[in-house]
Amino acid sequence: MTGRAAADRLSRRRVRRVKERSIEVVLFLPASVSVVTTIGIVVILFSESFSFFREVSLADFLTDTQWTPLFADAHYGILPLLSGTLVTSGIALLVAIPLGTLIAIYLSEFAPFTVREIGKPFLELLGGIPTIVYGYFALLFVTPLLQVFFPSLPGFNMLSAGLVMGIMIVPYISSLSEDAMRAVPMNLREGSYAMGATRFQTAWRVVTPAAFSGIAAAYILGISRAVGETMIVAIAAGMQPDLTWNPAEPAATITSYIVQVALGDLPHGSLGYQTIFAAGLTLAFITLLFNVMGHVLRKRFRQAY
Amino acid sequence: MVSIASVREPASRAVTEPARKAEARGLSFYYGGFQALKNVTMPLFEKKVTALIGPSGCGKSTFLRCFNRMHDLYPGNRYEGEILLHPDAANLLAPEVDPIEVRMRISMVFQKPNPFPKSIYENVAYGLRVRGAGRRSVLDDKVEEALRNAALWDEVKDRLHGLAFNLSGGQQQRLCIARALATEPEILLFDEPTSALDPIATASIERLIDELKSRVTILVVTHNMQQAARVSDYTAYMYLGELIEFGVTDTIFIKPRHKQTEDYITGRFG
Amino acid sequence: MSASTHVVRLRALIAAHKRWDRVFAVVGLLALMTGVLTFVALFVDMAIDGAARVSLEFFTSFPSRRPAQAGVLSAWVGSVLVMIVTAATAVPLGVAAGVYLEEYAPRNWMTDLIEINVTNLAGVPSIIYGLLALGLFVYQFGLGQSILTAGLTLALLILPVVIVATRESIRAIPGMIREGAYALGATKWQTTADHILPYATPGIMTGVIIGMARAIGETAPIITIGALTFIAFLPPAPVTAEPPFISFEWLWSPFTVLPIQMFNWTSRPEAAFHENAAAAGLVLVVMTLAMNAVAIYLRYRMRKTIKW
Repeated sequence: MTGRAAADRLSRRRVRRVKERSIEVVLFLPASVSVVTTIGIVVILFSESFSFFREVSLADFLTDTQWTPLFADAHYGILPLLSGTLVTSGIALLVAIPLGTLIAIYLSEFAPFTVREIGKPFLELLGGIPTIVYGYFALLFVTPLLQVFFPSLPGFNMLSAGLVMGIMIVPYISSLSEDAMRAVPMNLREGSYAMGATRFQTAWRVVTPAAFSGIAAAYILGISRAVGETMIVAIAAGMQPDLTWNPAEPAATITSYIVQVALGDLPHGSLGYQTIFAAGLTLAFITLLFNVMGHVLRKRFRQAY
Repeated sequence: MVSIASVREPASRAVTEPARKAEARGLSFYYGGFQALKNVTMPLFEKKVTALIGPSGCGKSTFLRCFNRMHDLYPGNRYEGEILLHPDAANLLAPEVDPIEVRMRISMVFQKPNPFPKSIYENVAYGLRVRGAGRRSVLDDKVEEALRNAALWDEVKDRLHGLAFNLSGGQQQRLCIARALATEPEILLFDEPTSALDPIATASIERLIDELKSRVTILVVTHNMQQAARVSDYTAYMYLGELIEFGVTDTIFIKPRHKQTEDYITGRFG
Repeated sequence: MSASTHVVRLRALIAAHKRWDRVFAVVGLLALMTGVLTFVALFVDMAIDGAARVSLEFFTSFPSRRPAQAGVLSAWVGSVLVMIVTAATAVPLGVAAGVYLEEYAPRNWMTDLIEINVTNLAGVPSIIYGLLALGLFVYQFGLGQSILTAGLTLALLILPVVIVATRESIRAIPGMIREGAYALGATKWQTTADHILPYATPGIMTGVIIGMARAIGETAPIITIGALTFIAFLPPAPVTAEPPFISFEWLWSPFTVLPIQMFNWTSRPEAAFHENAAAAGLVLVVMTLAMNAVAIYLRYRMRKTIKW
């Protein structure tokens, strides 16, 4: 090989290297968008909340029992919003956890092939319905239906919203739980059957306990989803903040409050405007807590199998 | 191809053959369209250890799993022929016979130890609970007896309520044996019980099998010929779904009757 | 064998246990049916309330104070335009990020940080994205309450979906294919562009479709950034009669989207508006269901044809 050809080869190689490196950098930037987004969320929520907390003390925020930031006699206690969130989420989980777990056990251990092939996509579709549609359903179908049985039920109430939210969350819980159960190796099931156990005994006494941390992760992610839900409660539970634990009453959640303010016209930088960021920060903390718990549990489950 | 060896050799039968616990008669098995077992006829002698050997894919595990109807768990499988359980001469494979009932009389230990995600105590008690035994004192006694018979009691008696997962591989396998013994089965099936274990654990399991045969009839599948020679009283050699030869272990290993058996044993193939 | 009373007792026990088997099979099926039933009830309820209103006029009229004349023209046009921005942002960003994480990223703390963030962001409630967009896009960057803001917000929202879909599709490609390409002297980028991306495309598309289906139905973040609920005009057209023939003015325009229009009508007390809401809801449900169904079907086809 002549010196000329070798030099050519080497310079082409250098160009190729530069090109490859620059492609890598170009691809790195979009990947870092996720980090930037998180930083953005943190910065925005904290900076606006910081301005808020300069006016309102943290103690007031956490203990005042009224949330009336837009009244002349303004109160800034987050408790009413928290109670609304808690009650609606609680009802939702009371529906979603039993239903979702039952469906998961059924699909994983009992259902014949055709039922599973039809049932699973169906559940997936159920999870894909826009929440605004669920909200409409809650306000204009479920509430009137409930009023047939409970005539004193107000048009806006937490019960309807909670029930419909529960149905919305069922696909999340059932599909994650089912994945956890199917990951349990057949070896374990055979061990149970070899002892003379029936299908139900095997599913209940061996498979479900074995899949437990995966199932718990599913529950926790369901909780996170319920707490963050907005439109169903905004439409069906009314948007009146009220510190009450009675599901047959209207109330506002952290999320529906933010929507209510956004629908109005609050000048940028006013205290009222900043309240939504304080509320959002509270929500972010709560969901972050649950997401981390769910993630840790799911990782521990994956390691076991 | 090769004639199926029959144990009914006129010369030796009347004198040496012990009581039969079970026997397969003309057993064939199909995975869907594929025939995995071809007309197998073989006895299983009471309170003896019988080993099944043969190269991969010869059907030995398939044969073993017929005894406790494990194949029923998966769709598309079909049995032909009989497995008779003595003394009532009931055919285990009859469609009207409930597989669950069969599994309550015949237990199995698997290749990879599969303790349940429960405590050591609850693992052993599982079979008893499935059979409706409820009272704590009764369970305690049976669990202890099973663990003693599996040579595990001394090692775990102080942590009966600890998780079974925390035991070593060999201990887990002995736990699975205890679990299988707790229900006092008539036959104990072993599906390559030591292939996932280290040599020391393997030796302890082999010792255990030797002790257990005084209590229960044992059928062991193994791909390790030396293990078969060490552990069993009778050996069956299978190839491609057929039973090639069956006989007293010493005879099979020292002077097999069929060339195929000899080829396998001397390592010419498989 | 043991005495026959023992056998009888055993058989009775087994029969009792099997009864539980049957009971549970029924209970499980009932639970599944509850989900199916709710879905049917929802769909039928919408259809009964709103099907009569779905007509060509419905799609070509602006919202109005008179329910009978109100339509979703501005809403569906707004949705389409916002979706264009969302797709144009989320797909390149998401696919590039996915490719980087699977093919290029070294195993260091930076990569871990990125992965943790992607997982975390997937679980952040959508309204928080709205708050981010309000503070950052609307005010800080001055993009205003426009289609561009909405599109970017939704793109960030579905970015984790696209990234995860890309990663899983790439991961499904066996190492042999890569090795074959490298062995022929291809560079990393050539392997990625010529082999990995084309084979991963069906999986990526499935994820994109699912993400877009979600974005179309999102209401909370769009309300938060301040989309107005009564829009009786269309954004400026992207294609104009004079040079340069393409206009980007529509990006900065105020707008509304289909879910917000539905929200607006649902919130009105008059029953007649509820009919409109139901009609809009029907359109939304049919659209999202169709998109999800396409994605599910694509995935099903992929599993059948691509057998690595």
